[in-house]
Amino acid sequence: MVMKQYDLVIVGGGPAGLAAAVAARDKGIQDILIIERDKELGGILNQCIHNGFGLHTFKQELTGPEYASRFIEQVLERGIEYKLNTMVMDITPEKYVTAMNREDGMFQISAKAIILAMGCRERSRGALNIPGYRPAGIFSAGTAQRLVNMEGYMPGKEVVILGSGDIGLIMARRMTLEGAKVKVVAELMPYSGGLKRNIVQCLDDFDIPLKLSHTVVDIEGKNRVEAVTIAKVGPDRKPIPGTEERYTCDTLLLSCGLIPENELSKSAGIALNRVTSGPIVGDNLETNVDGIFACGNVLHVHDLVDYVSQEAATAGKNAALYILNGSAPNVKTVEIAPEGGVRYTVPKYIRPTEMDDNITVRFRVGDVYKNKAIVTYFDDELISKRKRPVMAPGEMEQVVLSKKKLAEYPNLNKITICIEDV
Amino acid sequence: MYDVAIIGAGVIGSAIARELSRYQANICVIEKEEDVCNGTSKANSAIIHAGFDAKPGSLKAILNVRGNKMMDALSEELDIPFMRNGSLVVCTKDQDKTGLHDLLQKGIENGVPGLKIVEREELLKMEPNISDDVTCALYAPTGGIVCPFHMTMAFAENACMNDVSFFLNTKVNSIDKNEGNYVLKVQHVDTNQEEFIQAKVVINAAGVYADEFNNMVSEHKLHITARKGEYCLLDKDAGHHVSHTIFQLPSKMGKGVLVTPTVHGNLLVGPTAEDVDNKESLNTTQEGLDSLARTSALSVKNVPMRQVITSFSGLRAHEDCNDFVIGEPDDAKGFFNVAGIESPGLSSAPAIGEMVASSVRDYLGLSEKTNFIAKRKGILKPEELSLKKRNELIKSCPAYGNIICRCEMISEGEILDAIHRPLGARSLDGVKRRTRAGMGRCQSGFCSPRTMEILERELPLTMYDITKNGGNSKLVVGINKEI
Amino acid sequence: MNTRELTCIGCPLGCSLTVSLNTDADGSVEVISVTGNTCPKGDIYARKEVTNPTRIVTSTVRVNNGTSPMVNVKTETDIPKNKIFACTNALRGIEISAPVKIGDIVLENVADTGVNVIAARNIMAK
Repeated sequence: MVMKQYDLVIVGGGPAGLAAAVAARDKGIQDILIIERDKELGGILNQCIHNGFGLHTFKQELTGPEYASRFIEQVLERGIEYKLNTMVMDITPEKYVTAMNREDGMFQISAKAIILAMGCRERSRGALNIPGYRPAGIFSAGTAQRLVNMEGYMPGKEVVILGSGDIGLIMARRMTLEGAKVKVVAELMPYSGGLKRNIVQCLDDFDIPLKLSHTVVDIEGKNRVEAVTIAKVGPDRKPIPGTEERYTCDTLLLSCGLIPENELSKSAGIALNRVTSGPIVGDNLETNVDGIFACGNVLHVHDLVDYVSQEAATAGKNAALYILNGSAPNVKTVEIAPEGGVRYTVPKYIRPTEMDDNITVRFRVGDVYKNKAIVTYFDDELISKRKRPVMAPGEMEQVVLSKKKLAEYPNLNKITICIEDV
Repeated sequence: MYDVAIIGAGVIGSAIARELSRYQANICVIEKEEDVCNGTSKANSAIIHAGFDAKPGSLKAILNVRGNKMMDALSEELDIPFMRNGSLVVCTKDQDKTGLHDLLQKGIENGVPGLKIVEREELLKMEPNISDDVTCALYAPTGGIVCPFHMTMAFAENACMNDVSFFLNTKVNSIDKNEGNYVLKVQHVDTNQEEFIQAKVVINAAGVYADEFNNMVSEHKLHITARKGEYCLLDKDAGHHVSHTIFQLPSKMGKGVLVTPTVHGNLLVGPTAEDVDNKESLNTTQEGLDSLARTSALSVKNVPMRQVITSFSGLRAHEDCNDFVIGEPDDAKGFFNVAGIESPGLSSAPAIGEMVASSVRDYLGLSEKTNFIAKRKGILKPEELSLKKRNELIKSCPAYGNIICRCEMISEGEILDAIHRPLGARSLDGVKRRTRAGMGRCQSGFCSPRTMEILERELPLTMYDITKNGGNSKLVVGINKEI
Repeated sequence: MNTRELTCIGCPLGCSLTVSLNTDADGSVEVISVTGNTCPKGDIYARKEVTNPTRIVTSTVRVNNGTSPMVNVKTETDIPKNKIFACTNALRGIEISAPVKIGDIVLENVADTGVNVIAARNIMAK
C-alpha cells in the first residue's frame, strides 16, 4: 500500500475540523489533510438551516450553511487540502490513518499529528429501549432534518416528538412550517434539554405543548406508526400507571441526546471520559495518545457551534505546536475535579507551566440551578465565585483559569469546580 | 399447474424449496410479506442447538441433532455465517443439579456428541463473566450460532437459482381440493388482485398461520399458539461479554433466558415467553424488556444493558402437541404440514428440508436434475479480502470504496449486490438483513436516507414507494409544503 | 399597569425579561420598562415582542440542475410573526436554478412584508 505522509490529518470536515485546519495553517503548518465522509465540507451545519449561528464569532445571526461557508472559505483561501466522500476506517496509536474512497481505494497515511473532529450521533430508539411495535415513521430528529432540509421530503404529517433537545425543538418548527402538525413534545426530564430561546420560538410560537417529565410508553402500528402513547414519569423516571395519553400520529421523532462518535478513538487507544463519552484531554486538547488531539462534538457535545469553533482553533494551534516543537517533556499536570452539580470538565487537567495565558474550562451541570454560584477552589482555597441566576443541563457553563494565578500555587494538587449557594 | 406450492418463505419453506429444487419439478413459494425471512425466521435466538433439550424420540430431537450435524457442510456450500461456539446450560446454587444430569442423559440418548458437566472452576476459565451463583454447567461443544437471515436467504436464493419461482407480497386466502390436486386462491397484497394457483402438492410452512391452512383441508385440526419472545441486542462493544451461548437450567420460575454472542459479534439477550392471541403482535413491552435485564443476571453478571442498540420480539409457532407436526394428514394426501416449528426449528431446518423433500419426491416420483447448482455465494464482504484484493475490487467497482453504513462499515457495493442478486432487497429492512447496513449502533439514523437514495436509483421505485419493510411501511409522505 | 414575562430569543443566553406596560382601551401598548436583559438587544426584543413581534423565517426551495436538490432560504430581516405562514405559503412551488449564491434573491417582498427572501447557501450547478 502506498503510504502518504502528512504533518496533520484532521478527521472530519465539519465546524470543528474546518476551524482546526485554519488555526493550524495560521500557525505555520503547510501539510494538512482534512478527511470528510460526506460529499461536501461543513458537516451537520449543512442541514441546520435555522438561524442563530455565529452571534459570538461573527456578531451576526447566520444559518448553519452560512456559518459553515465562512469557514469553508477560509479553508479554500489557505489552499488547505481535503478529501470528500472519504471514510476513515482506522487510526492507530502510531498515527497511521486508514481511509477509503471510490477513487483511491483503501489507503494509509502516516501523520505527525491527528485532530479528531468526527462529531457525534443521535441516540436511537433502540438505545432508549422504548417498547412497542417497530413500524416505519420513527426517525431520529437529525435524520428527519436531513430528509426535509437537504432532500426536500417530508417524513410524516402528524408528529409526536420525544425529547426536547435542540434538534427536536428545531424540527418541531420545521415540520410545522412545512405543513405537518406537531402534536406534542414529551421530555423525560423535569427540564428541557434544549436552549430556552428554542422553546419560545419553536414551540410557544406555534402553540406546541411541551410535556416535561413524560416519556413514550407505547408505539402502535405494524407498518407505519399509527399512535404513540406517552405517560408521566415519577422522580425515578419510571412511567406512572394511569397517566397515559394516546396521540394518533404517523411519525415519532426522537431527540434524546447526542453521543460523541469515538469508535475510531477507541481503536487508537484513546482513553474516554465516561460522562462525556469523549476523549480525556488536557488544556492543549491532546488525548492520552501523544500527538492526537480532539475538538468539537467528538470531545463533548456542545450547545453552540461558536464554542466548537473556539475549541477547534485551540486544538489546531496546539497540534501545530506539537508538530513544530514535539511534545513537552514530562511536565506537571493538575487535575480538575468536577464536584457538586458539575458533571464533567473539558479539559480534564491542565499543565500550569505550559498552558496558554488563559484557559476556558467548559462543563455542564446536572440539574437546573437558580441563583447559585460557580465556585473554583485550588486545593482547599476558594479562588473564585461567580453568581449565575440560572443554570441548566442543556447549556454549557465555563470557568476561565489564568496561568498567572496558577503560578502563585506551585504546589497545587487539585482544582475543584463546583456549584454552591451564593 | 405446479408440482409443488410451498406456503411461506421463512427458513422452513426456503429450506424445503432448496432441497426440492434438486429434482425435476415445477415449484413455487408463496409468501405474504415483501421479502423472504420476514416472520419467525427473522426474530429468534439465532442458535443452532446441540439437541439435548428435546424429548428423546421426538421429531424435535431427531431433526435438531441431524440439522446440527448438517450445518458445517451447509454453511460451506451456501456461504452461511455459522460458528460452533459451544453452549452451556448453567445451574445456580439454588437449583437441583439433577436437572442438569437429566439433560445430559437426554442429550446422550438423542445422540449429541461431546456433552459433559463442568464445575465452577473450569467454567470460570471458559466464561469469566458467569454469575457468582452458578455452580456448574452442561457443556455442549456442538452448539452453534448462525445468522438466521443469511441462512434463510441462502436457501431461498439457491432455490431461486435452481428455478423455484417465488411469489412475494402474495397471500393465500383459501385452499380447495380438486381431483387430487389443490387450488390455492391467492391475493397480491399490493394490488389486491386475486388469482388461482394449482398444485399437486402443497407444503404448509406458514409458521404461526399453519393451523389455518391445515384446517382448510383436513378434519385433523391443528391449533397453533403464537408465543412471543422479546429480545435485546447489544452493541458489538459488548459482544465479548460471553463467548459461549449461556442457557439457564429451566426451573419452576420458567425456562430462563439465554445470553449469547451473535455470529456478527453483538450480544443477544432473550427471549421472554408469553402466549399472545394476536398473531401479528410483534411489539415489545416494558415488562418484557425489564425482565430480560433481571433474568439474564441469574446466569451472567454485569450484562451491560446500557449498550442495548435495539430490542425486538418474535413469535414462535407452538402447536398443542408440543412437537413438530410434519407430514400429510390422512384425509389430505399431498398436503404436507410443516407446522408447530418452534425452537429448535432453526436448528432443525436443514433436516426438515431434507425430510420433507424426500417425502415429496417419493409421493410425486421425482427424479434428480442433472444441472442442480449446489453452491451459492453470499454477499461479498470486502473486509474479508486482502488489502490488495480489496483495492482491485474498488478499482473495478468503485462503489465498494463508498461507505454507506458507518457503524457496520458497509459499502455501496454490498448494498448494490443485495439489491441485484436473486430475490434482491427492495426495502430498507431488506438491505439491512442482507448487508447489516443500518443494524449497527446508530440503528440506521445515518445511512437510511443514503440507502433510500440507492434503492430509488437502482429499482423502478420513487421515494414514495420505498418502504421500511414492504406493505404500507412508507418512509416519506410527500415533499416540503405539499403534504 | 401590568407586566409580561418573556424569554429573550436574541441569543442563546435566553435572558428572562420582565416588561412593564400599559395597555390602552384601543389595545395599543406602551412599554414602561424592561428588566432582566443583559444587553441592549434584550430591551429591543422585549419592546417589539409586546407591540409587534417579529421573526426571521427560514425555509427551503427546490433547485434545478444543482449539486443539491434543495437550497435553504431566509427572510433578509425579521418579519411580523403573524406573517410566518403567509411567508412559507408564498414559497410553495418556487424553484430556482443553480448556481445559487448566498444572498441571491429568491422572492421579493414576501407576503407584502417589504422583505425579500434570500438564499442562505451556495449551490453549484451540476
